[in-house]
Amino acid sequence: MDEFKCEIKTSNSKSGPGDAGRTGSWRVERPVIDLSKCTPAKRQKDSCYLCWLYCPDGVISKELEPKIDLEYCKGCGICAQECPTGAIKMVEETSLIEEERKNDEKN
Amino acid sequence: MKKIESGNVAAALGVKLAKVQVVAAYPITPQTPLTEKLSELIEGDELKAEYITVESEHSALAVCIGAASAGARAFTATSANGLLYMSEQVHWAAGARLPLVMCVVNRGVGAPWTVWNDHQDSISQRDAGWIQIYVNDHQEIIDTVIKAFRLAEAVSIPVMVCYDGYYLSHTYMPFDVPDEQKVDTFLPEYQYKHTLDPQNPENLNTVTMPFARPDRDGVTQPGYMDIRHNLHEELGTAIPVFEQIDAAYKEAFGRGGKPIMSDYRCEGADYIVVSMGSLANRIKDVVDELNDEGVKVGVLSLHLYRPFPREQIIAALENAKGVIVIEKALSYGNEGALFGDIKAALYPCEKRPFVHNYIIGLGGREIKQADLYDSIKASCTASENFEDVSRWIGLNR
Ligand code: SF4
Ligand code: SF4
Repeated sequence: MDEFKCEIKTSNSKSGPGDAGRTGSWRVERPVIDLSKCTPAKRQKDSCYLCWLYCPDGVISKELEPKIDLEYCKGCGICAQECPTGAIKMVEETSLIEEERKNDEKN
Repeated sequence: MKKIESGNVAAALGVKLAKVQVVAAYPITPQTPLTEKLSELIEGDELKAEYITVESEHSALAVCIGAASAGARAFTATSANGLLYMSEQVHWAAGARLPLVMCVVNRGVGAPWTVWNDHQDSISQRDAGWIQIYVNDHQEIIDTVIKAFRLAEAVSIPVMVCYDGYYLSHTYMPFDVPDEQKVDTFLPEYQYKHTLDPQNPENLNTVTMPFARPDRDGVTQPGYMDIRHNLHEELGTAIPVFEQIDAAYKEAFGRGGKPIMSDYRCEGADYIVVSMGSLANRIKDVVDELNDEGVKVGVLSLHLYRPFPREQIIAALENAKGVIVIEKALSYGNEGALFGDIKAALYPCEKRPFVHNYIIGLGGREIKQADLYDSIKASCTASENFEDVSRWIGLNR
């Protein structure tokens, strides 16, 4: 076929964290997991992981104690909505930032 | 093989020879016989393709976008309000760089309703990023459909093949149907470079940021403006590519040689009429008549409207005393669309020819040879203070 020097730029991406840039900066509320309510953490056995499955940004790890990559978590709240045990709460970023600042000052 | 058939059938036979794999189209006058012929060919196993019936033109093009993204050669066709209904997907197909081919069987746009011919439908989509080719007769329809697939696939930009509703779509003319084996060699099986692959899942045409962004692996990816600039640049490369493809077609089938524009009696002419589609053919008779009277006038039929062949336009027109643009579409509130483009192209010329504009035949209004004759003659004999406005021919006053 014809060989022409076309670059053909399009926007394609593999799914996973960082797909749309550092979306962590979009967050207004932060998901916080209460491990005492989280099934796999409580039983120390792989189970549930609905938060991992539903997170549209793929930023929740599939571990006994699930972790959230806040660099990319955009704060949509889907994980909190889907969690069957109510282990995930959405907390105002501003309150958390104030708390973090106070902790920093103490150290 | 010679055939006497309608323009719509000529298009369908071109699509068949191109061995498309997916057809999705919604019938609309005057395109309907084209889609009917295609469904008949597929139903009768003469064309081994999937005909996907849809509920609208928007879906028709969406299906073709999906098919092409999965690596299939796809085709659709429409007219007028159908084209406008799919407009969102028209822009999408170009931005997604999918090598689709669509026939636009030109018809006026409502309101008020009209099913008759003019060029407003495809002209209104000229800024969508597609390649637009306007053809003059049945032979050009079938040849151009085949070339369009190779062009679309070479530059990964969709191509509209535009031909006049009724004047070409429903009239019968003799034309040659190219040999199937030769077409197979000219247009081999399509291999899309960026096909969806279940083994390697990815998102196509994902949201872009105003800035270039690092992807998941930290590699910088182009932003919206970079991607659009690339489309614009590569549309420009489609001009020489189309010339090469046409030359290859001429070598194989003995027809072609003037893919960008064809000229009639333009050599040494003082005045050149510029037009598109079947109208350009009709103007030949008027040009003959005027030459018999001693007026040196020719007609230039522009085939490639987008990308706009600026350099070729300048070369063809800069030595004329005057240019007369006769067209069946306009930018409402301004002037003829082609007229504006031609004037802009000639602006840098040192000795600029005058450019006059006539709007004709909207919504199928009868185009009289006498009107064409009077208008062209008026321009060729015009004094310096001939007002620079778009003149409407054939109004019922
Ligand atoms: S809020 Fe929960 S679901 Fe939403 S992006 Fe963050 S982790 Fe994922
Ligand atoms: S959905 Fe809730 S319970 Fe299930 S793993 Fe996630 S946090 Fe734990």
